[in-house]
Amino acid sequence: MRRLLAVVTALTLVGCAAKQPTTGEITVFAAASLTESFTKLGKDFEAKNPGAKVKFNFAGSSALAQQINQGAPVDVFASAAPANMKQVTDSGAVTASPATFVKNTLQIAVPKGNPGKVSGLADFGNPGLKIALCAEQVPCGAAAKKVFEAAKITAAPDTLEQDVKAVLTKVRLGEVDAALVYRTDVKSAGDSVEGKDFPEADKAVNEYPIAPLAKAPNAGAAKAFVDFVLSEQGRKVLAEAGFTAP
Amino acid sequence: MTKPPAVLLLPALAGVAFLLVPLAGLLVRAPWADLPRQLLSAEVGEALRLSLITASLATIVCLLLGVPLAWLLARGDLPGRGILRALITVPLVLPPVVGGVALLLVLGRRGLVGQYLDEWFGVTLPFTTTGVVLAEAFVAMPFLVISVEGALRAADPRFEEAAATLGASRWLTFRRVTLPSVMPGVVAGTVLCWARALGEFGATITFAGNFPGRTTTMPLAVYLALETDPDAAIVLSIVLLLVSIAVLAGLRDRWISGPT
Amino acid sequence: MTLHAELRVTRGTFTLELDLTIEAGEVVALLGPNGAGKTTALRALAGLDAGGRVRHNGSTWDGLPAERRPIGVVFQDYLLFAHMTALDNVAFGPRARGVRKADANVVAAQRLEQVGLAGFAKAKPRTLSGGQAQRVALARALATDPELLLLDEPLAALDASTRLRVRSELARHLRDYPGHTLLVTHDPLDAMVLADRLVILEHGRVVQQGTPKDVVRQPRTDYVANLVGLNFYRGLADDTTIRLDDGGTLTVAEPATGPVHVVFPPTAVSLFPDKPSGSPRNTWPATVAGIEQHAHTTRVELDGSPAVVADITTATVADLRLQPGTTLWVSLKATEIHTYPAG
Repeated sequence: MRRLLAVVTALTLVGCAAKQPTTGEITVFAAASLTESFTKLGKDFEAKNPGAKVKFNFAGSSALAQQINQGAPVDVFASAAPANMKQVTDSGAVTASPATFVKNTLQIAVPKGNPGKVSGLADFGNPGLKIALCAEQVPCGAAAKKVFEAAKITAAPDTLEQDVKAVLTKVRLGEVDAALVYRTDVKSAGDSVEGKDFPEADKAVNEYPIAPLAKAPNAGAAKAFVDFVLSEQGRKVLAEAGFTAP
Repeated sequence: MTKPPAVLLLPALAGVAFLLVPLAGLLVRAPWADLPRQLLSAEVGEALRLSLITASLATIVCLLLGVPLAWLLARGDLPGRGILRALITVPLVLPPVVGGVALLLVLGRRGLVGQYLDEWFGVTLPFTTTGVVLAEAFVAMPFLVISVEGALRAADPRFEEAAATLGASRWLTFRRVTLPSVMPGVVAGTVLCWARALGEFGATITFAGNFPGRTTTMPLAVYLALETDPDAAIVLSIVLLLVSIAVLAGLRDRWISGPT
Repeated sequence: MTLHAELRVTRGTFTLELDLTIEAGEVVALLGPNGAGKTTALRALAGLDAGGRVRHNGSTWDGLPAERRPIGVVFQDYLLFAHMTALDNVAFGPRARGVRKADANVVAAQRLEQVGLAGFAKAKPRTLSGGQAQRVALARALATDPELLLLDEPLAALDASTRLRVRSELARHLRDYPGHTLLVTHDPLDAMVLADRLVILEHGRVVQQGTPKDVVRQPRTDYVANLVGLNFYRGLADDTTIRLDDGGTLTVAEPATGPVHVVFPPTAVSLFPDKPSGSPRNTWPATVAGIEQHAHTTRVELDGSPAVVADITTATVADLRLQPGTTLWVSLKATEIHTYPAG
């Protein structure tokens, strides 16, 4: 481990000395919902910047924020919610002002064939249907709550899942008739899950902030990666995954 | 008491530290002032009650199914016993979330068995307290089976023969001779099983979901609290810890140092 | 009332073929070396293993499992149930056979009293001495009033001093027991003291049976002769001369003809450094093969024609300066030799 750190440090020093900020290893902590799109972005970034190596840690945004606050050596943090970004700016781990790089909105997810004949948000109040939502403590659950409040619907969920992938699993297996998840999640689930847009979705638009860390071991490259995510090329990849532009 | 050799003592102390220091970390970081409020809150009470009930029911299920299974493995004359034993330990190595998915595939609303339960009896197990019990039992049963089977294999089967020569049926022999002689193993297995069920998270949230009062057990509450309020999560963990230690210590007094 | 048993068990290359009859009140000892099939026979009789056909009092026990046979077994290490008191151990049989708890406890208390353990009803087996545990085991086996009592090496687990006392107690209890008793043992002394009749088993077959007195006097195999401590030979008699099958000739006092067994005690043998000149008609040279010190005598094994075992005094050992390889002369009086027809 110490040797690895030494190598990383050496690489960083070499990078600084040569004034080539886009080489060396870049450690990116990114929200789990960014797994597919950021993996692709990382490859594109490496192709564009030979000598750069992007390493990802995908997990729930709050877990990542905690790890950063505990001192994990990270260059870039991409959060699925402003709240988790705020945790790291409050602690001083991030001093630059975070930039919103994508937005995500909710969509109704139903199993293939829509066995519960779900047509809109009103069906979530039907106790005869099996409904899954995210727990309020996680971003997709907080967003769902806003949407239901806006639509004045009292949802009758059967389960409040700990993350969006768990909700999707239940939709995919047909254990629930309907769920509220992000568009990107519906897209990533492929054919087994159908997505339905609904008008109240724009009451809970989720913004994804990104920022380089104040103590980024590879500060120059960190900034370059953030810029790349915000670039036209980056946005294109993110749009393919179902995200909307900010 | 003999003086342990340093070769054993040092790793042993390291082991104690390794196990206890994280617990100490929880205790040090705990917002103690907040503890009474959390303890008395309705959500915590509900989750704690649900945890204790489901873990105990799961343990009963494990005892009812696991002890006979252990007997079959230790004494039964069935072919492929080695393979069966290996299969039974699968829930030990399986990530609990995968176990939960497996349960959904079998007992879920569209599952291999579950679809008929729904169709014929109108019974659906996911998202119910019964589902929590099943998930916990699924994950915890191997602990009981392995422990009881070990005790049964160590027990001398000739005592069962002696009982037979006295006119005891197989069932009477099992109840009055075999079971009492392996009681320490059964108690140890039950304790392990209960503790594992109490701490169960992955299979429970995957199979039974999370709904307060119905399926939100303490570990689920801890996990979700961690999302927004790490301090609350620490407090909840300590509550779970204290309750489980109290129950286990109570069991120990009652069973292990009780009448032998 | 007679109990007839036909035991037929095959285990790999080993076959047990044993027909037994035991009268009511009779104690039969099944005696044999290790591996002869004694325990196999007991297990078959008890119904713990297949192969034990039993006829008794108009009924047959063929194919009945142990729990349905009217038997009581005292196991070698007693197998008392460790988690039960002595009383519960003894009451277990009656309870298992449907007797109400209170009644079973009365029976058990009586049985414990009979074996002199009335004060130990509440004792756990691990607090009992070996002799006490043996008596509890006997009380437990007898508590169901079995037709057939099976004793598997009942004294083997006891130390020598306890053994003596427990043996005589056991003999008394067996005399009082009206049923059929089979005692399995490899100890000739246990068998002689406890049994009315000995059945000697070797390699799964009966090689000899009879009263202890007959067996001691007229052993029919090397094993039995060794057991009762006699020099034993097979031979062909012609008047008072016997040509031994394994070489050598002996002159005896009683005339006989045809195949005979020949026995004499090791104490009848005298050893001399040189060929003796005198009355004994049987003298032959022999070489010391082994020396064993017993309590008051020394047992000397000698190779010769025939080979022979002699018991001599320690003083003689010193006089003769015996050691393996020493050549001596063996002398044996004709009147000490006992012959009886073989077969």
